[in-house]
Formats: sequence, C-alpha cells, structure tokens
Amino acid sequence: MAQVTLQKIVKTFDRTEAVRGIDLDIADREFVVLVGPSGCGKTTTLRMIAGLEEITAGEIRIGGRLVNDVPPKDRDIAMVFQNYALYPHMSVFDNMSFGLKLRKVAKEEIKERVEAAAGILSIMELLDRRPRQLSGGQRQRVAMGRAIVRHPQVFLFDEPLSNLDAKLRVQMRTEIKKVHQRVQTTTVYVTHDQIEAMTLADRVVVMNGGRIEQVGTPNELYNHPNTRFVAGFIGSPAMNFIPCRVDAHGSGLKVKVADLPDLPVPAERAERYRPQVGRELLLGLRPEHIKESRGPLGPGISEIQARIEVVEPMGMETMVYFPVGGIDVCGRVAPEAGGRAGSAMPLAVDMNQMHLIDPATDRVV
Amino acid sequence: MADVTITRTGLPAEAGQVSSLQRLMRRKSTIAFIMTLPLLLVIFTLVAYPAFYSLHLATLNKSMVRFVGLGNFEFLFGRETFWLVVYQSCLFAVTAVIFKAIIGFTVAHFVHNIPSKGQRKWRGMLLVPWVIPPAMSTLAWLWLFDPSYSAFNWLLAHVGVAPVSWTGNTHWARFSVILVNIWVGAPFFMIMYLAALKSVPEQLYEASEIDGANWWQRIWYITLPMMRNIISITALFSLIVTFANFDIVRVLTGGGPLDSTHLFATWAFRVGIESGDIPLGACVSLFMVPILAVAATLILRDIGKRGNEA
Amino acid sequence: MADTALATGAPTRALKYGSIAKDRRWALRLSYFFLTLFAIFFLMPPIYMFITSLKTSAEISAETNPWWVFNPTLANYIELLTQDTYLIFFRNSAMVSVIVVTISMLISVFAAFALARMRFWGSTLLATGVFLTYLIPETLLFIPLFKMMAMVRDATGIELMNNWWTMIILYPTLTVPFCTWIMIGYFASIPKELDEAALIDGATWIQTLTKIFIPVALPGIIAATIFAFTVSWAQFLYPLAFTTSTDQLVLPVGIITTLIKGDVFNWGQIMTGALLGAAPPLIIYAFLMDYYIAGLTAGATKG
Repeated sequence: MAQVTLQKIVKTFDRTEAVRGIDLDIADREFVVLVGPSGCGKTTTLRMIAGLEEITAGEIRIGGRLVNDVPPKDRDIAMVFQNYALYPHMSVFDNMSFGLKLRKVAKEEIKERVEAAAGILSIMELLDRRPRQLSGGQRQRVAMGRAIVRHPQVFLFDEPLSNLDAKLRVQMRTEIKKVHQRVQTTTVYVTHDQIEAMTLADRVVVMNGGRIEQVGTPNELYNHPNTRFVAGFIGSPAMNFIPCRVDAHGSGLKVKVADLPDLPVPAERAERYRPQVGRELLLGLRPEHIKESRGPLGPGISEIQARIEVVEPMGMETMVYFPVGGIDVCGRVAPEAGGRAGSAMPLAVDMNQMHLIDPATDRVV
Repeated sequence: MADVTITRTGLPAEAGQVSSLQRLMRRKSTIAFIMTLPLLLVIFTLVAYPAFYSLHLATLNKSMVRFVGLGNFEFLFGRETFWLVVYQSCLFAVTAVIFKAIIGFTVAHFVHNIPSKGQRKWRGMLLVPWVIPPAMSTLAWLWLFDPSYSAFNWLLAHVGVAPVSWTGNTHWARFSVILVNIWVGAPFFMIMYLAALKSVPEQLYEASEIDGANWWQRIWYITLPMMRNIISITALFSLIVTFANFDIVRVLTGGGPLDSTHLFATWAFRVGIESGDIPLGACVSLFMVPILAVAATLILRDIGKRGNEA
Repeated sequence: MADTALATGAPTRALKYGSIAKDRRWALRLSYFFLTLFAIFFLMPPIYMFITSLKTSAEISAETNPWWVFNPTLANYIELLTQDTYLIFFRNSAMVSVIVVTISMLISVFAAFALARMRFWGSTLLATGVFLTYLIPETLLFIPLFKMMAMVRDATGIELMNNWWTMIILYPTLTVPFCTWIMIGYFASIPKELDEAALIDGATWIQTLTKIFIPVALPGIIAATIFAFTVSWAQFLYPLAFTTSTDQLVLPVGIITTLIKGDVFNWGQIMTGALLGAAPPLIIYAFLMDYYIAGLTAGATKG
C-alpha cells in the first residue's frame, strides 16, 4: 500500500503537449478517478505512473520512492487495460500467474494467491479456460484478477469498462468498488464516463487539455464546480448555460435572462455576486433544479412559463426542453407532471442551486 | 514506449536522469540492432552487394580483366538474338499475366459461388499446381508434349487433328511455355482473388441488388472496384515473377527452338554460365531491372494505399 | 435477395420467387461445370505423372492409350528408392531445406520483432527495404554470386562451388525477406497492450518475444515456415548454376540432369522421381492447407 505523488508532470509527444504540468497527491488506499474528454491527457498520465510512458518533466513518487527511471515491473504496480490484454494462448490461471512466475514466486504460493483472487472475483470455475472462451465480463474479471494476485502497491485501471455493454458496465462498476473495499489498494482509475467517475471515486480528478480542472469528492464537484468545464462535464444531462446579466433588485440582486421574468438571487448569495452587477455572465442551472411547479414557491425559487418543444420520457422522470433566448434549456420533471410538446408549462427554477460563470475566464464566480 | 524498462532502479538526481535516459535509449536500439543484424547481413552481402556488383561486372570484357564501358551493351544491341529475347520476354510476361489474372478471377468467382462447405475442397484441389515445385511439374508437361508419345496428340488424333509439334515449332513452343506458366500461376491469382472476394461486405451486394443491379453490374460496379488494390498488387507481383522466370523455359524448351523461347533469365544463364561470358550474362540479366523497378514501385504505392485504407 | 420480388406485388410474387431459386440452381450448376473443367486442367499433369510412374518402359513406348495403365507396376519406385544417387538428392534437399528453414525463421522472427515493436532509427525504412529485397528475383543475382564465389575462393581458399551446403548460404536470400515481411505483419497485429501487460508483469524483451509474441503469432510462424520450406525445396536455378557433381545435387536438378541422359528419356523413372520430389510440399500442403494459404495471401493483406 502506498501513496502516489505527481509533481509538475509534463509529457510532450514530438511537438504536442499531452500533459502540461500536473500536481496530484493520492493518499494510501484512496480510489482516485481521472476523468475527462478524450485527449485530455488522463490516459497519458496513468501510463506515466505505470512507467509505460517516459516522463518529459516532473517527478512521480510511489510510496515515497522516486520512480521516474524505474521500469514498470519494479514499480510494484498492476494495470488493467481497456481491451483487457489477456494473453490469448494462456489459460486463465496462467494469465493470472504469469507475473508471479516471472518473479519466481514459489508454486504453492502462486496457486494460493490465484485461488484467493479467483475467489474474490468468483471466477474459480474459469481457471482452466482460455480467454477466447470467456464473455466480456469474465475477461474483465480475469484482467482484474491478474492485477490482484500481484498484491501491488497501486492498481491502475485504464478505461476498463468501456468495452462492455451498458448493463454489464453497471454491474462491473459495483464489482470494482467491492474489490477495492476488500483489498484496500491505492487505485488510480481512468475513464471518460463521468457517472463511472462519480460512483467509484473517493476523489475525482477532472482533466481537460492536459491540465487538472478540479480535484474533489464527487459531491464537491457536483455542488461546487470551479469552472464552466467541470460544471458542464459533471452531471447528466449536462448543466444548462444561459446568457444573463446580474442587476440590483432592491436590496438584493436579480438575474436577467432574455424571454424570462427576472429571477431574484437568494439573499445569502447576494454578497458573493455583488461585484458582478451589470456584467454579461452565464447562468448555470442543472436540469434537476428546473422542476414542475406545484404548490407555493419556497425561498429562492422562481416560477417561469416554458414553451415545451421536446419531451423525453425516461420512466422515473421526464426531460423537457424549451427555448430560452435561442438556447435549448433542459428541465427534469416528474412523469405525472404531463408536459406535452408544443404546450406551455409552468416550471420552478431553484435559484439556491444556481451558478454564475464568467465567460471571459470560464470560472465559476 | 519501453525506453524506461532497461534502466537501473531509482536513479535519484534529475541531472543523472538525462544521461541515463540517453544510455538506455542507446541500449534499446542496440538490442534492436543486434536482432536485425543477421537480416541486414543477408540483405547487404547476398542481395544488395551482388545487385550492384553486377553493374560493375557488366562493364568488363569476357575475361574480366579489362573495362569496356558500355561495350557489352553495344554488342547486345547488335545481336538479333537479343531483340528476340526482349520480344519473347515481354510477350511471355504480358500474355501469361493477363491470362493468369482472367482465369484466376473466373475460377475464384466460381469457387465463391458454390456453398461454402464445399469451397475448401475445391480450393484445395485448384491450388495444387502452385504447390508442386515448378521444375518438377514442368517435367510432366514436357512428357505431355513429348514429340513421339505426346498424350495430347493421342487425344487429338482421336478427334482427327494432326499431331502438334508442341515444343519443336517456334509458335507452338511459345504457346507451350506460356500455357505452362499460366497453369502454374493462375491458382495463385485464384487464391488472392478469393481472399479479396471474401472481404467484400455482403451488404454491398444486397444493397446493389435492391438498387436493381444484375450480376454483371454487380461485378463491374462493386466487386472489381472493391478488389482493385489486390488485383493490381497480385498482377504486378506476378509480372515480376513471370518476367524473371527461369524454371519453366529452362526445363521445357531450354530456350529453343533456335533461341525463340529464351527469356532474359534463361539466356543470361546460357551466355553467362554455360558459355562462360559472365559480364555479358550480367549485362543480359540487368535488362530485367527497369521493368522490375517500375512494378516494385507500383506495388509499394498500392501497399501504402492499403495501409491508409485500414 | 427477395426484396425486388416483394416490390412487384402479389400476383407475380410466387412466380418471381420460383425464378430466383431456379436462377440460383442454374448458376450453381454452371459453377460446378466450370470448376470441374478447371480442376481437370489443373490436376491433369500431376495425375499424368502418377499414371506414367506406374508404367513399364515397354508400356510407355507402346501404341496404347497413354491415359490408362494396363500393367501397373511399382518397379519405378523400387528402382529409384534403392538407387544411391536418388537418395543422395533427397538427403541433400532435405538437409538444405531443414537448415534453411531454421536459419530463416531465427533471422526473420528476431528481425520482425525488432522492426514491428522496437521502433528505432530507420526501422520503417528498413521494413520497406525488406519488402523490396523480396521483389528482387534470384535470376538477377545468380551471375554476380557466381563470380563472388570465385572471389571468396581466391581470398580465403574456401570452395563454395559445387557444394550442397553452399545452398544453405544462398537460399536465405529467397526466404528471409518474405518471412520477415509477413512476421512483421503478424506481430504488428498483436495489440500493443499485450506487450505492455507483459512489461508490467515483469517480462524482459526476450521473454515478451518468446512467451507472448511467438505463441500468439504461431499461425504466422507456421505459415512462414511452410513458405520457407517450399521455396527451398523447389529452388532450381541456384543449384543448377552452382553444383555439378552427382553427390552434391539437390532433387530438382538431380532428376533433370541425371535421369535425362542425352536423348534417352526414361520417362517412367523421371515421372516417379518428379512425383516423389513433389511429395514433401504436397504432403505439407495437404495437412496444413489453411496455414499455407494464409502465408500466400499475407504478403498483400498483412502489409
């Protein structure tokens, strides 16, 4: 078990900078997920931790030891690849024990460790099979088993679930979480799927353009995004960004948005937003904070009349889309609220959950 | 990627890092170099060197002591046999490749047409000529063409046709060597085209059928364009091999009658090895280079295209 | 298939269905008919070899139907297989082919691994060079090689002329480039993650090659081995140019130079010898047809 430290990590391929200076401290036993769109440098970062990619500048420490020049096999890490990378000509048992054999671990111990790992992953009955005889989910388990048997200091996962179908992905997600709770190994996990990141991580690292946008627990990222990118990336459907202006409104403030009545800013946020008065900003509102309006409005909640254009029933809830100043805004209403395309609908906007984003810096103010 | 693998563990200082990285870069490429060294040795000493050496040889006189410049070439241009060889080589290569391609494509199509469980058996039978060493199979043809006991002539006699002098008459001898070459090479085309046919997605045919294409239009607008690359690679490759052919002519006619079936290779052998004029032989074989170079360039281009498609 | 018929409405539909099935049946019959014709054309020479090999000299020169054996005999086979010279040819061919195959595979597997995986300066250029080398025919090289052998003798005193083992030096020029080329293709098709996984598991380069790449690319290795064997076994020009003594000849040259004595063609024995000479590649082909074909097509499809 060990902590992992990244200091000013830079990676340049030929002329392009894939990673532009990353600082990250990962605590012992922590489950950290690197998430971001493709090409954001998350996989490159993981591969540098693994030692598969040379580090252009900066330092990586695993368990306090500088590993910049340490070959992968001596870093005491194990990695699970996107396409599993199981050795096709070896049985499951041989796949899992290959690393131990190369390290000259005693036969009995290999057997013991493989069986223990197979037990954790419930793949005992597959040990004699070849990878090609396994289903996608089973291959995924074997790939994890190969990592577990090594008892490494750090697990590295490179988008391990992206080759599975949606249903299996959810199932394996739970499985990975269980395994981590059981073996308690420091884990760095890369994915482009923000739901995977939120559900698995102790802490999520959102990356974009080779830099870290924000690090935090899933709830921190969801409730207090620092940047427009994080606000838009975390949460599904994505947050609505509506051009707006903040104006004085009696003693408090209001948000002016085209086509909509004034939206008063909740009193406790007024001080924070006071410097922004008169500026053109973006109002960030998550769909789940635009609901059907029923009963009396609570504090900080405003009602608007929306002309619904598209309705997407999802079963447990319904997405409604309506135009605001030329932008499609998404709201999330109860199925029984009965929105119909083409009809008008009163919606309640929860301004307690609002975000204001400065379009010049893309930062949340 | 793996540059990091070969370093020793835990070099602490950043200053040491650069030089150690350089060192291991060197070591990785050193390993790679050692692994490719035997290949390089074979290529350079036994292919590249002789290829260039023959350029030098071609400029010497028969006893190889005197430099004669382009004298050998001048001598060749003045000989009627040389022009006969040029004509025959081109005729042989072009005719044979065209027929191999047509027959190969036709047979591949028929094999592709039948139910797939029978395809293996037919494919297996039809590839046999390619598997037999050509020197051996040409002996069988030689016996089939035998002047006195030709089994073909026996069949012809039964339908009332006069016996054919398969290898004794200039025209028939040319026909015979081309026929044997087609027999040997057509199965190779068949296999290549069959592989290409199988790679054309079935949905394209279904779509074209819905669009109302008949079988000929399907071949013309779908099969051929989809296979164009393989067709040209195979044909160019075969052009090289056919143009440089030796075994068939050597065994079947030995270049005769009256040098009328000689190819560059067989004539070079006759002149260079059997008559002992090595420079002149080298000179003759060098005439294969232009055609080979053109074909090789085109193949490389097509293979590069394949890479881009993928 | 039937979509066109569906569009034409109910009354014609039944008729159209029937005609499509009929068309297919006819196409199939036509295919079988032509395939049979081509099979006769392609298989006639080897079959005729076999027919002749079972005949006595008397029957061969008789006026009877040449396509039939009236008095089958194994005399030709017995005579050849008890004859020292023929067995020596066979031994020379076998030795040369086996050794050449071994050398070629060692050279090409290592080189292909380095070229496919250990990118280094000039590696792509070298891969192209390997392919170009494959396109250079032996008929372009035999004359300078002939002269080079004399140079080697003058310089070192080693006589390369008229020795069967000289073929072991020469044949790799025919086998190594193509074997390397198709092995590069096979190795390149192995996912990169597989060697990275091996690297993390603690394998060295050599272990990655022997424990992962060679087993995974085994079909390619078999295909390349078959190719190297058939090429070595069939090679005719080099031994014809560089060997002359009866005890140094390999099969193809041996049959042609010793069984054809002047104008006397002992066709029964020639056909027997040729058929036996063709047997090893044919047997390999019969058992490993799929690998054989994979090797043939790999040059164009794996590039």
